[in-house]
Amino acid sequence: MNSREFIAKRTAKFFNDGDLVNLGIGMPTLCLNYLPEDVDIWIQSENGVIGLDGTPKEGEYADPDIVDASGSISTMRVGGCCFDSFTSFGLIRGGHVNVTVLGAYEVDQEGNLANWSVPGKTVAGMGGAMDLVSGAQLVIVMTMHCDKYGNPKILKKCTLPLTAVNEVDYIVTELCVLHHTEEGLVLEELAPGVTVEEVVSKTDAELIIPEKIGSME
Amino acid sequence: MAKSKVVSIDEAMEKIHSGQTLMVPGFVNCGVPQTLIAAILERGYTDLNIISNNTSVKGKGIGKLVHANRIKHITCSHIGNNTETVEKVVAGEINVTFVPQGTLCERIRAGGAGIGGILTPTGLGTPVEEGKQVIEINGKKYLLELPLRADVAIIHAYKADKIGNCIYHRTARNFNQIMATAADFVIVEAEEIVEVGELDPDIIVTPGCLVDMVVQARLEDRDE
Repeated sequence: MNSREFIAKRTAKFFNDGDLVNLGIGMPTLCLNYLPEDVDIWIQSENGVIGLDGTPKEGEYADPDIVDASGSISTMRVGGCCFDSFTSFGLIRGGHVNVTVLGAYEVDQEGNLANWSVPGKTVAGMGGAMDLVSGAQLVIVMTMHCDKYGNPKILKKCTLPLTAVNEVDYIVTELCVLHHTEEGLVLEELAPGVTVEEVVSKTDAELIIPEKIGSME
Repeated sequence: MAKSKVVSIDEAMEKIHSGQTLMVPGFVNCGVPQTLIAAILERGYTDLNIISNNTSVKGKGIGKLVHANRIKHITCSHIGNNTETVEKVVAGEINVTFVPQGTLCERIRAGGAGIGGILTPTGLGTPVEEGKQVIEINGKKYLLELPLRADVAIIHAYKADKIGNCIYHRTARNFNQIMATAADFVIVEAEEIVEVGELDPDIIVTPGCLVDMVVQARLEDRDE
């Protein structure tokens, strides 16, 4: 299991049976491969659907009118439903989506997230990310602990344009699980073989280190 | 019997002009009015202000208008799926205003529903807040976001009856429903045009009163 899969497997444990879950494009969708037994979730996609069920299987009809948040053709499970964009974002902003899982460029100890814009480098737009992070009940950030140059992505204060302020609940990386509380970022779990010192050295944020730290599985 | 709103594509195109503000629905390239976009391209309309969620993908859907340099300004939530739009924005050939997707929905809804603005927490403390009024209600802060309207909305329906009642198919509904409420003139292309009375009143999504013209969508305009 590689780091991305390891992060996905741990993140999937946050889901409760029956949850309505919105998964960001990329790494978050890997969570579907690691749903705990007895946990059945409903996938909400911001383009106006509940009950997405993955890409069509071989021989299955590929309906171009059923797409996921990346615009790729998907399928729907029995019991799913379709609706318009404003109902979709009403569900999101109104707190009816239990969990949203997204990636990050930067995330900080105040629960701020930056994941849509690197000035001078990316010109994509925020899409639905700002609404999702502002509105979902539980906001989980999945990210590699450091960027590809080895620089910390978990900071005292984000430097990039923000997606939302003080909305992040959990950060799951290949090294640890961090819980954003009113007191600050608590180191709740460590990956097997990872020490507190390693996490601290690769993190630019101040961490609260409890006496008992769980193990990430 | 009420008068039919079904017209030819040529008649519909007389309502569109260069320099207009158009609402164009679609999510990536799903639910995009492909026939009306093809007709706009054929007739050479340019300097368009587009309000859309995104610009499809390179060379498809709304991306055809991008490729042919017909867009002056675009108000949308995301262009990342279309590399050509990104290039033209970086080169200064298209101006873009990014709006969070949920806020875009609500601004269009407000424009179509006679509401003077909406209050949303989305964008607080981010670049979206710049230049906007922050209003505190019961201890919670919100951004005041203003309504959006267009000169013309071009809509893609699954089925429309001859007086413009529309239904949509699966996720192709997306922005079609609200955009049909928020323009001075509304043109619907339908995959199938049916007789009045054939659509069950309980399943009609867009009431025909919002629709000015109905045209037959052409299968050959649909992207693969």
